[in-house]
Amino acid sequence: MELEKQMRGPVTVIALNGELDSTTAPKVQQGLDELVPVHGMVLLDLSRTTYMSSAGLRVLLLVYRLCQQLGTRVMVSGISDEVKAVMAATGFLAFFTVAGSVDEGVEVLAA
Amino acid sequence: MSRTPERLDAFPTHHIAGFGVRAGRPLPFGASRVPGGVNFSVYSAGATGMTLVLYRRDAVEPLAELDFPPEFVTGAVYSMTVFGIDAEAIEYGYRADGPFEPEAGHRFDRQQVLLDPYATLLHGRDSWGGQRRPLRSGIALDDFDWEDDRQLRLPSQDLVIYEAHVRGFTRHPSSKVGEPGTFAGLVEKIPYLKELGVNAIELMPVFEFDELDNDRLDPDRGEQLRNYWGYSTVGFFSPKAGLAATGRLGMQADEFKNMVKQLHRAGIEVILDVVFNHTAEGNELGPTLSFRGLDNSVYYMLTPDGYYYNFSGTGNTLNCNHPVVRGFVLDCLRHWASQFHVDGFRFDLAAILGRAPDGAPLPNPPLLESLAADPILRDCKLIAEAWDAGGLYQVGSFPNYHRFSEWNGKFRDTVRRFVKGDEGVAGELATRLLGSPDLYAGRAPTASVNFVTAHDGFTLHDLVSYNEKHNDANGEGNRDGDNDSASWNCGAEGETDDESVLALRARQLRNLLLLLLTSHGIPMMVAGDEFGRTQRGNNNAYCQDNDLSWVDWRLADTNADLLRFTRAAIAFRKAHPALRRASHPRGHQGTGWFPEVSWHGEQAWTPDWSAGRRLVAAMFYEHGPHGHDCVYLAANAHWDGRELELPGLPDGVAWHLFADTAQPDGNDVHQPGAEPQLTGDRIWVEPRSTVVLVAKQTDVEE
Repeated sequence: MELEKQMRGPVTVIALNGELDSTTAPKVQQGLDELVPVHGMVLLDLSRTTYMSSAGLRVLLLVYRLCQQLGTRVMVSGISDEVKAVMAATGFLAFFTVAGSVDEGVEVLAA
Repeated sequence: MSRTPERLDAFPTHHIAGFGVRAGRPLPFGASRVPGGVNFSVYSAGATGMTLVLYRRDAVEPLAELDFPPEFVTGAVYSMTVFGIDAEAIEYGYRADGPFEPEAGHRFDRQQVLLDPYATLLHGRDSWGGQRRPLRSGIALDDFDWEDDRQLRLPSQDLVIYEAHVRGFTRHPSSKVGEPGTFAGLVEKIPYLKELGVNAIELMPVFEFDELDNDRLDPDRGEQLRNYWGYSTVGFFSPKAGLAATGRLGMQADEFKNMVKQLHRAGIEVILDVVFNHTAEGNELGPTLSFRGLDNSVYYMLTPDGYYYNFSGTGNTLNCNHPVVRGFVLDCLRHWASQFHVDGFRFDLAAILGRAPDGAPLPNPPLLESLAADPILRDCKLIAEAWDAGGLYQVGSFPNYHRFSEWNGKFRDTVRRFVKGDEGVAGELATRLLGSPDLYAGRAPTASVNFVTAHDGFTLHDLVSYNEKHNDANGEGNRDGDNDSASWNCGAEGETDDESVLALRARQLRNLLLLLLTSHGIPMMVAGDEFGRTQRGNNNAYCQDNDLSWVDWRLADTNADLLRFTRAAIAFRKAHPALRRASHPRGHQGTGWFPEVSWHGEQAWTPDWSAGRRLVAAMFYEHGPHGHDCVYLAANAHWDGRELELPGLPDGVAWHLFADTAQPDGNDVHQPGAEPQLTGDRIWVEPRSTVVLVAKQTDVEE
């Protein structure tokens, strides 16, 4: 899995590209730890996440908790219907504000 | 990332089968993630050697087989930490070496790869009825964000229990949920449960079982029947994957936890129906899945010649009071109470839990004593099905330690017989209404879980629609199921369009519901009974994974009046502490208006208990911080109506009508708090009907 960061105005957009499972989770978690700004705004773009396992979903929740600690607002975008269904069934979805696209997420966060 | 291990023991000392390993930690039992790897711990008193078998997820052949070296054995516990494996990507099992000497109780078989009794996930039945793969142990990720959730600890006397099958509750297309037949699907129905007013849901088995484990065929369709109910546990520590929408991702534990969390937020407790009386391994002809191969003579009650005692009716009997098995059961319940925040347990065929290894009933069974006194389980409701298939019937005498309630089978039988009009039942009904003090003297009404129907037997609708069971679809020639249901079809067997029969059935349903929901003790009802669910006369639907069993939600519209009636009756119970007593009623308390219970008849204060009267008229009264609470109940099971004189009330207080089951739909019940005032001091109770009144301040305008 590759992490790709870009700034869209005040919003840090981080794309998670590839498979997020227990093999890649520790590296992704460490990478996100470094990329998430303090008191900022983050959008996690999952549109090119091809697989998300149980350990992968936990990484998202850990980032959410990290953002809470840092005073950073966080949203996710580009969640596939399948991942969304899994997140809904396990209650993980309730923690996140979900945007349909990166543009929409940036707009909401920057507003 | 740092290259230095996190802990002093986080590096291998040995290499076995290509893996870095070291002597593990014996506790906790099972497989647990530790820094750098996974710790495996399994015990067997009789084994002479043990091998850990690792698989990649879904692979046919093992990835590696790791023999436990002697220095990794502590007592009878084999433990090993394996480094560099990914908990999410593997499955595992054990081979146990030892003698195969059935007459001595030993059935070791190294050819079998055994399930870990402590496995927190099982793989192999990842979706309900899906492809049949070998069952293997897996490792659940056990972190979960509970936020501030905890057990609800509702007072027992306030409970209204709703018994449901997770799959059957939302599998029918009419349920209109996004994830039918699953824990997540149940979450979607929480608003319905709240509106109904129940505050505890009792889930039929959710521990991993094999729904494909049934050899019988549907006689009409020729299809293989299922083990739909699941009273045949394979994995005691693992939520069933096939009941989870996320089972194929191995996230059933997360989904289960979220269900509990959401139910708790709605004020609803979660009680699990747990089956510790036997396992899915059957008798000597059954499959060797786990226990038989690990320590047959420890886990099972064996005859002197090494066969299986069968007090459960399913082939084997778990040896519950063996010290090791006691520990296993306790560990399991602690797991569900602490990891899953479960609020209580209902023990299937619980009389077995009080038997000694040779089957003799124990006066002070160590297992039950341990459960009753356990610190982690302290706030859990413990409910016993106080009988077994070996003839031990302990309703009223179950070793309870003031902790166990009981499914009160006598309540069920008495209420059924009274309502269908049997002679000479009124006196016993009076006792059942008070939480059965004859059975539970010195305990409390909450020792009695009152029910008219349960998963086992007729639905409430079928109880008033069938004289006989109709179990042909179970493939046993209608020989299975209870033959003595005390049911009455009201004049026609099964479906009918006879208006008078249908009207009588509607009335009988309401009579049963009202008696259940006005009785002292803990009422329990079955999912769907509130809107007339039918199993078309089948009283043993354990194998029917189809629309015979599934809750058909269209009936909520068809029988909207019955649903409204049930909701009102639950709300009425909630509004009246006199119906939710924490202790058996005593006489007059010196203050207040009345004794805590009094009996009446055609003349107030003068009951007539003679056999042919078929009438019970009771007044429940409680004087507490809430003020005076006074409810009058008259149940007439006779085919003639009766005029009853009502007990007089203090000035400014009058009787108001909550329910009269003889009134046509729409007028049978009034909203609690909005009951209309009655005029006069007498009421007419129609044949086969029940009236409930409440004493309230007279209307201001009078």
